[in-house]
Amino acid sequence: MGKKLLLEHINVEGIQSLEVYRKMGGYASVEKAIKTMTPDEVVEEVKKSGLRGRGGAGFPTGMKWSFIAKPQGVPRYLVCNADESEPGTFKDRYLMEKIPHSLIEGMITSSYALGANTSYIYIRGEYFYVSRILERAIAEAYAAGWLGKNILGSGYDLDLYVHVGAGAYICGEETALLESLEGKRGNPRIKPPFPAVKGLYGSPTVVNNVETIATVSHIVNMGGEEYAKIGIGRSTGTKLISAGGNINKPGVYEIELGVPVEEFIFSDEYCGGIPNGRKLKACVPGGSSVPILPAHLLLKTAKNESRLMSYESLSDGGFESGSMLGSGGFIVYDDRACIVRSTYNFSHFYRHESCGQCSPCREGTSWMEKILKEIEYGRGTMDDIDLLWDIQGNIEGKTICPLGDAAAWPVAAAIRHFRHEFEYHVKYPEKVKDIKHTPPPMPV
Amino acid sequence: MSSQNTQDKIAFSDEALQLVNSIIKRYPEGKQKSALIPVLHIAQAEFDGWLSPQTMDYVASLLKLKPIEVYEVATFYSMFNLKPAGKCILEVCKTVPCWLNGAEDLVAYLEKKLGIKTGETTADGMFTLRTVECLGSCGTAPMLQCGASYYENLTNEKADALIDKLRVENTRKNYTDII
Ligand SMILES: Cc1cc2nc3c(=O)[nH]c(=O)nc-3n(C[C@H](O)[C@H](O)[C@H](O)COP(=O)(O)O)c2cc1C
Ligand code: SF4
Ligand code: FES
Repeated sequence: MGKKLLLEHINVEGIQSLEVYRKMGGYASVEKAIKTMTPDEVVEEVKKSGLRGRGGAGFPTGMKWSFIAKPQGVPRYLVCNADESEPGTFKDRYLMEKIPHSLIEGMITSSYALGANTSYIYIRGEYFYVSRILERAIAEAYAAGWLGKNILGSGYDLDLYVHVGAGAYICGEETALLESLEGKRGNPRIKPPFPAVKGLYGSPTVVNNVETIATVSHIVNMGGEEYAKIGIGRSTGTKLISAGGNINKPGVYEIELGVPVEEFIFSDEYCGGIPNGRKLKACVPGGSSVPILPAHLLLKTAKNESRLMSYESLSDGGFESGSMLGSGGFIVYDDRACIVRSTYNFSHFYRHESCGQCSPCREGTSWMEKILKEIEYGRGTMDDIDLLWDIQGNIEGKTICPLGDAAAWPVAAAIRHFRHEFEYHVKYPEKVKDIKHTPPPMPV
Repeated sequence: MSSQNTQDKIAFSDEALQLVNSIIKRYPEGKQKSALIPVLHIAQAEFDGWLSPQTMDYVASLLKLKPIEVYEVATFYSMFNLKPAGKCILEVCKTVPCWLNGAEDLVAYLEKKLGIKTGETTADGMFTLRTVECLGSCGTAPMLQCGASYYENLTNEKADALIDKLRVENTRKNYTDII
């Protein structure tokens, strides 16, 4: 069994309540930080921990925090990104629903470190019932003096609010999230300025993922150096993985970074293998935006080394033969799954979620969806496959926000590794008429 | 909560107004526009499950915004209905992880059972069927959302039982419901 931090007490009865959470050692990081550390010392520990943002991009959290501008007399904000809409990802919901106080505790400790006196949790609208759980936990924390004025007699004040969105994947992008929090359409902002300088209401702001913030408490408790001993290389600590698709035991797993992918998929401690005696065909290891990998490149890198669940190992080989850890949304495909249909499905998602501000993304995503639909239903041509390749290449890197890349990469990876399935759809329209057709086997 | 939505007069119940005022206080002085999305959720629940132009104008006046600022937002977000819908909107997730676990079969089953196509509403105004994108429930697929509730690991039998239950309850389901 690997080390558990975030989920250590997940099965303790009543852990949703402040009382039980306290009994299990909860809020210790707030006491430690506020009573014995300066805000900068907290930032320092987070830097030493090597923690990287758990929202998808993997940017070092301590470094991000140290960028926050501190002009005199201007408020600073911490905003928690609980938008969790990346297909395949459901870890933040699990954490907030099962141990709401772990996020509240992390918000207090992190807000203290950043000098924020008002903080928000921006949660996707579909999680309305989870927002109620958080609100109950926040009310308990206020009543017990963990929030509000003069916390623990230190003179530090903090107000914490939950803000509910209304259905838009793009609001997970941090500047779109801030626009949405200001009561506007979720159109990403042009950067710079970065939120650390001009964020919410034009004030310096840090946006962090739910899991990132919940992890900060553990770093403060154990010290950054101890935390950095967990994991492997620059992938320090533990990570929540949301595992779904064709596996025996879908769910949220806390892994020590560095577990072999093969162990993660096949061992009973985690996914428990592929159901119904089917074979592993492919996997999208980090949420819908990261490249799909065929089984042979998933379990082993192109250098024939064992592939590990870490930032470095999953991206080993670049996009030619690797992928990304991303948000940890781990989607497994068995050998019945048609990769063309999967790619069409994702392209529909990105077309639907594009905010429409930049032409390459707005036009490109709808064009890709149309072509993929034609190919999927046996009406495409070989030229369409090349056209698709060109379109995705003309979106990548040419947009205001990374949604454009996120829409392009899955298409590129599917063609790169599964071109024969696209060609099969063109060559044998009769065989793909039935949407549940059997895809061709992988070429050997 | 009971609110009025007659032709010439539209207003929140006292209870809803109180809630709106407490939400406005979450944001700094002068930044009451931030309350727009939360208040639109309340308005949708209060006024028959959709945002009519009249409802949006009312929200604009409450928050001291121009009506266009409200329309812009209401049209951007997928959870706001700009047309009347059924009392129970069944939102089936169809994104890849759910698709790998039978979401298409579930949609086909519901279409047949309710006698409508995706996007339509039953003649009695009870059910609207929709497909939506990933709801963060991929480990418990296939699934659907109705109001505030998630119904997960669905089978045809469970879907039957759910439809029966919703018919018996015969109430509008809102995202803001306390469950
Ligand atoms: C289209 C798009 C969607 C995103 N969705 C999310 C999300 O749902 N949750 C999240 O934490 N980060 C999301 N991100 C990443 C955020 O922009 C941001 O990097 C992150 O919240 C930073 O937190 P972290 O450093 O703690 O990971 C998204 C980014 C893009 C481009
Ligand atoms: S890349 Fe797409 S989602 Fe991002 S700003 Fe441009 S149009 Fe909007
Ligand atoms: S794909 Fe359906 S809930 Fe995520």
